[in-house]
Amino acid sequence: MARHVVATVGEIPPGGKKVVNPAGREICVYNVNGEHYALINRCPHEGAALSYGHVLGCFESKRPGEYQLTRKGEMLRCPWHGWEFDIKTGQSWCHPESVKARTYKVEVVPGELLAKGPFVAETVQVKIDGEYVVVEV
Amino acid sequence: MTIPAPGAIDCDIHPALPGTHVLLPYLDEYWRAHVRMRGLERDNYNAAAFPVNAPINARPDWKPPRGNAGCDFDTLRTQALDGFGTKFAICNVLHGAQAIFSEDLSAAFCRAINDWVAKEWLDRDPRLRASIVVPMHSPELAAREIERCAADQRFVQVLVWEMQEIPLGRRQHWPIYRVAEQLDLPIGIHAGSSYRHPPTNLGWPSYYLEDYISWSTGFAGVLNSLISEGVFVEFPRLKVVLMESGVTWLPAWMWRANKTWRGVRAEVPWLEKSPAEYAREHVRVTSQPFDAPPNAAMLRKIIEEIDCEDMLMFSTDYPHWHFDGNDALPDGLPEHLLKKILVDNALKTYPRLTS
Repeated sequence: MARHVVATVGEIPPGGKKVVNPAGREICVYNVNGEHYALINRCPHEGAALSYGHVLGCFESKRPGEYQLTRKGEMLRCPWHGWEFDIKTGQSWCHPESVKARTYKVEVVPGELLAKGPFVAETVQVKIDGEYVVVEV
Repeated sequence: MTIPAPGAIDCDIHPALPGTHVLLPYLDEYWRAHVRMRGLERDNYNAAAFPVNAPINARPDWKPPRGNAGCDFDTLRTQALDGFGTKFAICNVLHGAQAIFSEDLSAAFCRAINDWVAKEWLDRDPRLRASIVVPMHSPELAAREIERCAADQRFVQVLVWEMQEIPLGRRQHWPIYRVAEQLDLPIGIHAGSSYRHPPTNLGWPSYYLEDYISWSTGFAGVLNSLISEGVFVEFPRLKVVLMESGVTWLPAWMWRANKTWRGVRAEVPWLEKSPAEYAREHVRVTSQPFDAPPNAAMLRKIIEEIDCEDMLMFSTDYPHWHFDGNDALPDGLPEHLLKKILVDNALKTYPRLTS
């Protein structure tokens, strides 16, 4: 396991995403309402790149005709078959226990701490006074 | 598999009215006068979808010497009840009353048919049970008729057709489902149409062959509508029984429905389970016609894919005919499943059979 600096804080706006390639693994980092989350960029169903999917809320209902939009910005819809995934946990809506997209640990780390290492920063230039999104792969 | 299977419960037989005139004594004074004034008792309101000699209307050796197949009690008793060793048989009267445009006349005829079947059939043999005929296009009157008939425990379900005015899941129908659920009456959905719409998606077929085959797609539409509209979410104890729907199309429907649901389930957010799971929990299917595959190994594969031992229930569809002889169930059904199909599943689906 190594910690990879993949973006600066502010580079990915809330609701936005960035595809990164730490350790040769394609990962998509999402900013969900100010928090960063990382999912493998490969749908566990048939392998579509999840980064092409729309980010949505959760469409819920207690009974026919009653509608609630909850967890705004926390769900991702696969571009191929429409399966919904929880960005925070990688769990699919339909089969949360058996169909999951792999998640990676994400942290926001001040440049100052990063300077002490160890970390890998292949594409992001680290400055002492900056803040960085770090993914553990 | 050759029947008789003593003790079996036959979930679909069809007593027929010899003619509309037999309902006159069962109409109230007002409607009797109305019917006579218009000469309706001389009209034939048979719900026959096909010409008289169409195979489905009657197995040739089940036709009585005179009159419509199914209209003679002794013949039905000998051929259907004694012939198949039946413990209970559920009478489904298919009659044009359910399609008459006037809601009140339709309801009046339905009341008369229900009283007629109780007196002329149920009273004559303790093995007989019946479905309640209702004016489905008039949900309030239908619900009232269900409540009226339910006082008689021999009425065990509500009878509707697969293709009526609008898809069966629509909320207009919910008063019917609400009262049925309260009274532990399954909704029996039988092959048939009120012919407000063609039986295919693209208009009227030319031949019996295409028309008859198309009816199973009507049943797939029934499931799509009931499940998508959330009927089983709103009425979690409701059971529906598909009668004369065919059986072996179900796995392909389950695959297609589940696949599509996973992709678009947000459109119908009340569904918490896959369509196949709702079907396994709420839908029961009678066995005639089975539309069986060519061999037992394929049959077992289909049973495995349906993956619900509670779903299938025995029926003969007497006196109607789908080119089967007395082997009303296909060969190759696993032994433990046979007992469920012949007896147990019906007892669970129709609580009134044991009350």
